[in-house]
Amino acid sequence: MLLNQFLLLGALLFAVGVYGVLARRNGVMVLMSIELMLNAVNLNLVAFGLQHDVVSGQVFALFIIAVAAAEVGVGLAIVLLLYRNRKSIAVDEFDLMKG
Amino acid sequence: MNLGSMLAFVRPDLDWHALAPELTLLAVGTLVTVADIALDDKAKRMMPTLAGIGLLVTLVPILTLAVDGAERPMFGGAYVVDDFSLVLKALFILVGYVVVLMSVDYVREGDYYENEYYTLLLTSLLGMVMMASSRDLVSVFVALELLSIPAYMLAAWRKGGPRSNEAGLKYYLMGVFASAVMLYGMSLVFGVAGDTDFGTIAAALTGEGASPIIIVAILFVLIGFAFKVSAVPFHTWAPDTYEGAPTPVTAFLSVASKAAGFVALLGLVFVAFEGAADVVQPFFWVLAAVTMTVGNLIALRQTNIVRMLAYSGVAQGGFMLAPFAVAFEDDAWQLPGTDITTTPYFAIVVYAVIYAFMNLGAFSVVLAVSRRTRSGDISSYGGLFSYAPGMAVLMTLFLAALAGIPPASGFFAKFVVFWALAGAGTPAGWVLAVIVAVNAVIAFGYYARVLQQMWFEPVPEMVALGVDSGGDDDEIDVAEAANSTAEQDEYGDAWLATETRQATMVRFTPGKIPMTGALAAALAITAIATLAFGVLPGLVSHFGEVATFHFGG
Repeated sequence: MLLNQFLLLGALLFAVGVYGVLARRNGVMVLMSIELMLNAVNLNLVAFGLQHDVVSGQVFALFIIAVAAAEVGVGLAIVLLLYRNRKSIAVDEFDLMKG
Repeated sequence: MNLGSMLAFVRPDLDWHALAPELTLLAVGTLVTVADIALDDKAKRMMPTLAGIGLLVTLVPILTLAVDGAERPMFGGAYVVDDFSLVLKALFILVGYVVVLMSVDYVREGDYYENEYYTLLLTSLLGMVMMASSRDLVSVFVALELLSIPAYMLAAWRKGGPRSNEAGLKYYLMGVFASAVMLYGMSLVFGVAGDTDFGTIAAALTGEGASPIIIVAILFVLIGFAFKVSAVPFHTWAPDTYEGAPTPVTAFLSVASKAAGFVALLGLVFVAFEGAADVVQPFFWVLAAVTMTVGNLIALRQTNIVRMLAYSGVAQGGFMLAPFAVAFEDDAWQLPGTDITTTPYFAIVVYAVIYAFMNLGAFSVVLAVSRRTRSGDISSYGGLFSYAPGMAVLMTLFLAALAGIPPASGFFAKFVVFWALAGAGTPAGWVLAVIVAVNAVIAFGYYARVLQQMWFEPVPEMVALGVDSGGDDDEIDVAEAANSTAEQDEYGDAWLATETRQATMVRFTPGKIPMTGALAAALAITAIATLAFGVLPGLVSHFGEVATFHFGG
């Protein structure tokens, strides 16, 4: 079983996702980076599930896929709302409140 | 894993009585949605009533379950209804009820979308109620998302208000990022333990020692929840979200959402990560010390009352985190001069219950006063006692409770935390107890500033028109829209309106605060709870004592 390779790929995807969330200005790109992070988790769960020979890894991954869809739906709605109000989805421009 | 065993699906035994609170909440949420579609516009006025009655009805099965008292594990121990979960479910439902009372007039006068607001509030509460029973990584995750996703929408509820938009965006991004970090940690925990239920995880972690993968796994999970309970340095979303969101939603987030995070942490730390004390305890020691100190110091220089309460909430979260730092040090010891025994676990539950009511009370007063002053500035509280003595007295009670001054309940909460730390008998516990004591003194500084404004300062002649002044947004939007050309985009216009309003100072005439029955009821419930828990700490400590875990896997 190539557990290590799966885990390395998962870690790499997760790191790319974290980088995207921190470095990207575009709201939609940030959402996509978060998806990368969640899919890294799915990969980990399925790989560990196979290693331990239990279904709960896959079950957990299915739950994450379903919930992530709902989450991104809300996220896109918020980004759309921001675009309507400000004609921009650059997340670093939202700094009305500070201190 | 063979396919045949997966296909042979047997429905797990459902204990309908144990699920009754969740099902009632779900039914009420659905009813609110359906009633809005089926009935005409006039019927919309009964939505908050329906939601409020629904919440009170949900208390009935919780009470019958509590009287019954049996532990009811379901789904192989992934979902457990025990005394601990019932105490916290009742707390969430009561908090939800007070938030509905606070919202009635705010939402109606603001002309925000009424039934959706209550549906989302009830859905978020359903997530919290489920969180109290979750004893498995999957059910913790599902409950966390069920309570968070509606909360993201509630934070951005004022669609035309740029601050509310920003509040929603920041809360959403931070919340989802935290969920992803937490999930990555959970996937590693699953990898180490081989299954997702707390019992198996505890058994796998005990004896393993602190290998790097266990350290990373546990830290990622705990950091995910540190975002949720807005612990420093993961607190940056909290003040902005609290300031920008509608005030009743802020109250809901700062109390219910935070309590739900602590409920999840209680389950994870005391059951699942029991065997990893040398990873968990130092992490919480640092987190609690930094959270208390930074939260209090930044709160000192706030000029907006909601922001001040936000940072005060961060600091209060630090007090609640502190007992985790000595979670596994000792069993139980007596509070001096009483027959109450305390443990770190007990201290956190007691603090969460007391904090919920005193903080909700403070937000209720802010909501009521802003109906008159339409401002969020601390300076607008000048001379409150001269024209609204009742409000000034109530605010004094809640702030005294938050500061931890004896007759109010907050004192007992801080006292229990202090003894939980000091009683652990380790140097780390003693040092943290001293940090708690010092922070309680610092905190008094900013609470006293509001008290001084209310009791000793003159009434201000001008106040800065605030963002969160109970639904005046739309009036101004309408006025602004009438002046502007018809070509202007509806949303762009709202943006301009609120931008120019930032610096608007308006003449302030003191007068009677326009009270409504719902708001008065919210104030009465929180005031009575704050006083009762302070004068009779036995009431709340009883809840802390009966709230014992079902430890089996």
